[in-house]
Amino acid sequence: MTLALSVEDVSKRFGGLQALAQVSFDVEDGQILGLIGPNGAGKTTLFNILNAVYAPDAGRIVFRGREIRGLRPYDVARLGMARTHQIVRPLNELTVRENVMVGACFGRRALGLTDAAARSDETMELVGLHDRAGQLAATLNVAQKKRLALGRALAADPDLLLLDDVLAGLNPAEITAMLETIREVRGKGVTIVIIEHVMHALMNVSDRVVALDYGRVIAQGTPTEVASDPAVVEAYLGDPKLAEGLGRATEDSHRG
Amino acid sequence: MTASPGARKWGWLLRPGLWLPIALVAGLGVIPVVTGSATLREGLFLLFMYVALASSLNILLGYTGYVSFGHIVFFGIGGYVGFYSLSALHWPLALAALAGGAAAGLLALAVGASVLRLRGAYFALATLGINEALRAFVSNFGPFGGPVGMSLDFSIYRGYGGPTQALWLAYYAVLGLTVLVIAVSYAVKRSRFGLGLLSIREDEDAAMILGVRAPSAKTAAFVLSAVIPGVIGVLFFFKNGNIEPPDAFKLQTSIEIIVMVMLGGFGTVLGPVIGAAGYERLRSFLLTSDPFKALQLTIAGVVLLLIILFIPNGIIGWIRGRVPRLRSTLE
Repeated sequence: MTLALSVEDVSKRFGGLQALAQVSFDVEDGQILGLIGPNGAGKTTLFNILNAVYAPDAGRIVFRGREIRGLRPYDVARLGMARTHQIVRPLNELTVRENVMVGACFGRRALGLTDAAARSDETMELVGLHDRAGQLAATLNVAQKKRLALGRALAADPDLLLLDDVLAGLNPAEITAMLETIREVRGKGVTIVIIEHVMHALMNVSDRVVALDYGRVIAQGTPTEVASDPAVVEAYLGDPKLAEGLGRATEDSHRG
Repeated sequence: MTASPGARKWGWLLRPGLWLPIALVAGLGVIPVVTGSATLREGLFLLFMYVALASSLNILLGYTGYVSFGHIVFFGIGGYVGFYSLSALHWPLALAALAGGAAAGLLALAVGASVLRLRGAYFALATLGINEALRAFVSNFGPFGGPVGMSLDFSIYRGYGGPTQALWLAYYAVLGLTVLVIAVSYAVKRSRFGLGLLSIREDEDAAMILGVRAPSAKTAAFVLSAVIPGVIGVLFFFKNGNIEPPDAFKLQTSIEIIVMVMLGGFGTVLGPVIGAAGYERLRSFLLTSDPFKALQLTIAGVVLLLIILFIPNGIIGWIRGRVPRLRSTLE
């Protein structure tokens, strides 16, 4: 198996806060890696370091054999890494089609306008927004904005997709549909790293899971291994609702 | 920006979004040619000049989302460099105009890399500073005549068939440039480059994460928006016959150009044309009617306030929002 992404001893400090400390893990090509941890564990910070929004204080990131250090976010996008944001950031005054075209035009394949339009039509079909193509992005509801974010990232035809909380705020039916889309994307050979608070969904879709707490990796392995890891259970105990979700996830994965 | 995969490559040339503003400008433009009216010609020279200034600012303000209070600096520096080329170096007008455009573009390139790192109010303040700094520099720069500026020797117009012919020449040139700037503004909007600019306007950080090379795209937009004002400056001061720092770097005009773009509708091709024409007519009316003469800027301020409060997307933006069917006609 070749590595799509390798994170080696990455640390990041914001003033007095150690956001990440010696984080290391690998993601194999074509895998879905789930990233879990309580609020403030450093998951989004890690994403921001992966796609060069922040530079790490120490450690290195190797993406498809190439080190990320010194690159800007748009360089990383060109190399084939795409992401969505925890808080959706649609380009409000552009149409849904134009939003998706930005991804196609400036992503890995850097398509021209005509090809980008064709690519965005395909992508909107995949994420179920084709009937909203001409609508301004500002007019979409939350679930549609999440789909737009995913579509925009996919239009780039990335090798690696970073999904930050794409299921938050969705109802159960929408979650099922979104998971279906994510599996479909993986089926096309895209490697995915996913941050998710809807625990049973994450445990369901991930091949491997990395758990973070206070910026440190406290466990990694298969979903079942991580969910039953004492350190993970302890990290979540402060949050009964999440701990409960974790328990349910374990049962789910035992059944499935 | 609704290109469909089947769209013909050159089909966009036929779209009303392009020819409507051009037809408007060209239609107005031929009137003095037909009637031979010098008064009308002078009025339209100013009107087209403002259309071109507003349209060029729109590439930065409307497409990219960067509010510049110093757009007039490009008009001023272009005017000075062109004027110097005409009066001291005795270059022909065409060459002087190119020199003025190039000087403005180079200035934008030189300062763009640093000031475009600033966002929002900080960028606006920096552009204000650049204009004031250039004015102060030129006021103390010997070759450009310092505070008194420069004058053209009247005999220079002889080379263009006398003063009257020179005025017509300047008029045709400004008309041609106005059509050109509209075409450029349309082409940019419908290009991949333009899509990148629009995405920077909407959310610069998200755009960069999507792969838009924001620093170089912004610099390119800044340079593009600077070149035409530089050329216009040469034409204006050639026609004027003299140039002085307060006329070349007039902050008031800079602000008025912003009002024009906002009035017509930022980010649209037709908007700055309508806004500049509308505002310029209003201004001429106010300047010639006694009770308002001294209140012209006050009224500009009130107009801007009303736009921002009631039609933040300007006239064209408002119509587009109200009548979605016109979206593909009014771009």
